[in-house]
Amino acid sequence: MSALSVRNLSVNYAARVALEDVTFELEAGRALGVVGPNGSGKSTLLKTIAGLVAPNQGEVRVFDCAPKRLPAGTLAYVPQVEAVDWGFPATVWDVVMMGRFVHLPPWRRVSRKDRQIVGEALDALEIGELRERSIAQLSGGQQQRVFIARALAQQPKVFLLDEPTTGVDARTEEALRLVVRALVAAGSPVIATTHDLDRAVDWFDALMVLDRRMLTIGDPLTVLRSGAYASIREHSHTHGHARGDGMPEVSVG
Amino acid sequence: MIDAFFCSLLAPFHFAFMQRAFFAAIVVGSLCSAIGTYVVLRKLSFIGDGIAHASFAGIVIAYLRGLDYYFGAAIVAVLTALGIGYLNRRGAVSLDTAIGVLFTGAFALGVFLMSRLPTYNVDLQGFLFGNILAVSPSDLAFIVGLAVVVTLVLVVLYRPLLFTTFDPVVAQASGFRTATIDYTLLVLLALTIVISLETVGIVLVAALLVTPAAAAFQVTRRFSTMLVTSIVIGASCAVAGLYASYDLHAASGATIVLLATIVFFAAMFIGRRLRRPS
Repeated sequence: MSALSVRNLSVNYAARVALEDVTFELEAGRALGVVGPNGSGKSTLLKTIAGLVAPNQGEVRVFDCAPKRLPAGTLAYVPQVEAVDWGFPATVWDVVMMGRFVHLPPWRRVSRKDRQIVGEALDALEIGELRERSIAQLSGGQQQRVFIARALAQQPKVFLLDEPTTGVDARTEEALRLVVRALVAAGSPVIATTHDLDRAVDWFDALMVLDRRMLTIGDPLTVLRSGAYASIREHSHTHGHARGDGMPEVSVG
Repeated sequence: MIDAFFCSLLAPFHFAFMQRAFFAAIVVGSLCSAIGTYVVLRKLSFIGDGIAHASFAGIVIAYLRGLDYYFGAAIVAVLTALGIGYLNRRGAVSLDTAIGVLFTGAFALGVFLMSRLPTYNVDLQGFLFGNILAVSPSDLAFIVGLAVVVTLVLVVLYRPLLFTTFDPVVAQASGFRTATIDYTLLVLLALTIVISLETVGIVLVAALLVTPAAAAFQVTRRFSTMLVTSIVIGASCAVAGLYASYDLHAASGATIVLLATIVFFAAMFIGRRLRRPS
């Protein structure tokens, strides 16, 4: 059984097709990178796997279970940092502690164990010294680290990261990569969307090129050499985003 | 001399109706400010104002039917809160348009029905601007009872409410039932508004929901301290405002809200100085 299986998945927003007939599987302990131009459905794919968006056709199974029926806390979704208002009154510690909330029923107080887990998550992202800082005072890279630390504190079985490396400096990018590789080594399946093709080989065990349809999936190096991504880039540059039925045909190398 | 001073200071408390008024002011001031923390952070103030106005129709209908005012107000307030929550989630109509149309419509219905009453009725007018001195023992029991229920739910849902206020999408992905939590908050908001109607009135209740929390936001940087600060500001303004209104022979609801407004500007000033790098 694969950790994650997506079959014939199609998602529409009103009249617009966001994803069309996407099928793939991901084993536990593997990291999958998803690349594609803006509006190619990368975020929609993650949200559908997370159970935030309902598929119009096809299905998503996580550990052979529909996303919405998973035990609470199984799945961590890390959105792009712009998704929240960073003016919210909270410290770094407060936000990372939210990762524990799903494991804390109302009658249970935050335990020493919870604090220890949050502390370790902060340390893993090298933001331990920022714990008292107001989140309004964080840089983009620090915000990203806080989001990923919150996901770690949740101790989920599956990680879904939406553009974790967009707008972060090289040091943060490397710190995040190490965290993701550690998760993969510990047996978690990880899916991340990215724009950073140069680093894909170091981050991922498999790479998918998505442009509403899945154009190819496979070993990162092979996929990059196939030119699949380059061709849709060119295509979207010449034709904008009005790609009707003229989908670029790409040979999977 | 000193005795006389204290005598005049405590004078208002000699009357049972004043004691009830002060007690109601503390309860309503605290509760509005606690819910207000979520109202401010989730940007629901327009919804609060709308629910308050819509509930007027419930009050008038209850009056015409010979039912309890609070009962009528509560039914209409909760139904409108759930309706607006539904519209908000479905996104069929823009939210402010829906509120602008529906809630003013419901308020107009209340005014229409009231204006057709054979006798001009001061009783109902009191709900527009509040009449805290008219709080009866049974009113007070209702206010306290409902306040206890709302407070208990707020305590039980503290963490889910906090998480879904900051980041509803991630909260949902991690397994929280965000729809249920959102609807619950709206019902709590509606009930809070209902118990505030007699104290501050329909027109001013939105201020009590927003101003203390907005003041607290200026001077705090954690949610828990914002919540506590908001409650302290709201309760203090309610008590001090009621006291001042007694001395100045002014409308109590308006005095309370004016005082809270002054506190807000003071907090804004202090907040700027706090944030200035030293």
